Amino acid sequence: MTVTVYVPRDTTALSLGADPVAARIEQAATERGVELKLVRNGSRGLFWLEPLVEVATPAGRVAYGPVTPEDVPALVEAGLFEGGQEHELALGLTEDIPYLKNQQRLTFSRIGITDPLSLDDYTGLRGFEGLKKALTLDGQGIIDEVKASGLRGRGGAAFPTAIKWQTVHDEPPGQKYIVCNADEGDSGTFADRLVMECDPYMLIEGMTIAGLAVGATQGYIYLRSEYPLAQKIFNEALRRAYAAGYLGENILGSGRHFDLEVRLGAGAYICGEETSLLDSLEGKRGMVRAKPPLPAIQGLFGRPTVVNNVLSLAAVPFILDQGGQTYADYGQGRSLGTLALQLAGNVKRGGLVELAFGTTLRTLMETFGGGTLSGRPLKAVQVGGPLGAYLPESQWDSPIDYEAFAAFGGVVGHGGVVMFDDSVDMGEQARFAMEFCTVESCGKCTPCRIGSVRGVEVIDRLRAGEDRDANLELLSELCETMVDGSLCAMGGMTPFPVQSVLKHFPDDLTRSRGGAPC
Amino acid sequence: MYKHNNPSAEGLSTPPPDDQPQSQPEQIQQAVDSLKDQPGAMLPILHAIQDRLGYIPDAAVPIIAEGLRRTRAEVHGIISFYHHFRTHPAGRRVIQVCRAEACQAVGARALEAHAKTSLGVDYHQTSADNEFTLEPVYCLGNCACGPSIRVGDDVHGRVTPARFDALVEELTTSVVSLRGGMKP
Ligand SMILES: Cc1cc2nc3c(=O)[nH]c(=O)nc-3n(C[C@H](O)[C@H](O)[C@H](O)COP(=O)(O)O)c2cc1C
Ligand code: SF4
Ligand code: FES
Ligand code: FES
Repeated sequence: MTVTVYVPRDTTALSLGADPVAARIEQAATERGVELKLVRNGSRGLFWLEPLVEVATPAGRVAYGPVTPEDVPALVEAGLFEGGQEHELALGLTEDIPYLKNQQRLTFSRIGITDPLSLDDYTGLRGFEGLKKALTLDGQGIIDEVKASGLRGRGGAAFPTAIKWQTVHDEPPGQKYIVCNADEGDSGTFADRLVMECDPYMLIEGMTIAGLAVGATQGYIYLRSEYPLAQKIFNEALRRAYAAGYLGENILGSGRHFDLEVRLGAGAYICGEETSLLDSLEGKRGMVRAKPPLPAIQGLFGRPTVVNNVLSLAAVPFILDQGGQTYADYGQGRSLGTLALQLAGNVKRGGLVELAFGTTLRTLMETFGGGTLSGRPLKAVQVGGPLGAYLPESQWDSPIDYEAFAAFGGVVGHGGVVMFDDSVDMGEQARFAMEFCTVESCGKCTPCRIGSVRGVEVIDRLRAGEDRDANLELLSELCETMVDGSLCAMGGMTPFPVQSVLKHFPDDLTRSRGGAPC
Repeated sequence: MYKHNNPSAEGLSTPPPDDQPQSQPEQIQQAVDSLKDQPGAMLPILHAIQDRLGYIPDAAVPIIAEGLRRTRAEVHGIISFYHHFRTHPAGRRVIQVCRAEACQAVGARALEAHAKTSLGVDYHQTSADNEFTLEPVYCLGNCACGPSIRVGDDVHGRVTPARFDALVEELTTSVVSLRGGMKP
């Protein structure tokens, strides 16, 4: 009898040794004369358990993790190939692991279950049903469905997706583009990467539906160069989707046309900002453009363009397949549907947690995250990437939704949640926020370009114990100048983490370090 | 925004081996010719050149400028804007150490200090034996399992200083044996 064993192959599983684990399992199977079907699936997003090995049993898939290559012989001895549970790494049925079971996986319903490149696996779990539905509708019909879902952009600014699509739709016919923002520059985020590595056809489907909705026949995915594996897997998925007729001049025999191509970025955080991204795609330096004109009216090569984050586009197949209202049944207020939260940093159980809007940060960090990896008390959490504020404990009970966060100056952004224990020096974190801006500013406006350099200097002086009151005031003013005077959110939000440190952790900033360099 | 070249590697540009079928300018010309008709061809061309040669030599600038009808100053400005592109050869392997927040939260600052000491270089420099070039990177998307580094196209997670040393040791040995194997 053939035994089916799953060993994930996403970047994180590989970074923790999934390949040698797979090799050892194959070797053990050969030695024991076991007929093995080894599937290299995507990750379930339960990263603290990677490499997470699964074995198919009549009762369902059972899991083991985290498995090192050295664990394999003992696991096999303990009955791995029969799904035996008499081993300390045995986790029981995968679907029953509370971390997974307690999520609401609408977008990430397939990750880790399927072989990412298998079209059969994809269509076997409702893949391309959304596209088929879309092919029965006109552009407006598709947009109405997305409107009903309440979907807002998951890349940072949370702009309603349907309104953006409507604008492009309403422009006169002619060359229009769909651009997928896969620059995923925020530290603490990896959900875009998971989509591209673990369920690539979902993004292809979402972009194709967007193309049908607005009348665009060409799409580009702007992928950061830091994700070589995503590029490899996604390009292979594109090749197969073309071969099977899901892309090209006659999608599924409908006579409708959509082409898709991946373009690689080149290590510039600012190229995640949509206008800078468009300049970069056009082959220029990634300089931020002043708005208006909106990209929806004059975008790529001057043509109407939808720019959406990977997760916004990846939500679309579900919405078309199950209906916008089904999606909108999740969430609260004006934050509808689910959010892909990403638990990162000093966390015991890091990974992807897809939940309806409305959970509190504390529940997320404690119930799912299990507290810090170090076991020390949690001190601060940065939500929403390098431009997001550091939140102290007093803010952990607010529900995660766009409005609730905005109310206290927080940002949900792309859903990254980076946890820090009490060994963190918040002064150093404030300095890094400014330093990052000196490295990544596009250089177009002075408050951002020069202000961040000054910011680093002032923080260094403060930390050296110089002229405390004057430098604190200088830093506050500098932050205000950057917030008010910057063209884009790079300069405009870099002060957020700094101001949060000033407000909630001032001692870390001013405690004299005896002039020692940081 | 600043651009990092690799000052220590300056002048290290090795001449192409005798058996190389194409000269460097020919390879550059070929990359330009095969890609220049795409819309927005600049980045694909720069990537193609760097993937092939390991860096973008000065000699590429006029060839690209000509092929894409841009000025040399423009081409140079574009290359220098992006951190990914290097204008001088790197060591045999590029090690990128993640400096971003999620990795900081689990010891990336100690790891970067260790990497610099252990290789005897600062960022953007190449070790004396020309084995490793050290670069900073701001997130590799492996943020739940940091500190993370990338060597070539491989990402490694939970990299302690000891694991870093073991990895460097392993890579050094494999490079030596590979080279030993190729030379009769
Ligand atoms: C400095 C900066 C960096 C950004 N980086 C990203 C990014 O990496 N990915 C992303 O999707 N959006 C990023 N954005 C937001 C984009 O400008 C844009 O709002 C988004 O791609 C729109 O897609 P959405 O409506 O689907 O969210 C960034 C914005 C700024 C100001
Ligand atoms: S705020 Fe900074 S990144 Fe944004 S346009 Fe100005 S200089 Fe460029
Ligand atoms: S900061 Fe030097 S490579 Fe990005
Ligand atoms: S912060 Fe280091 S991998 Fe993301």
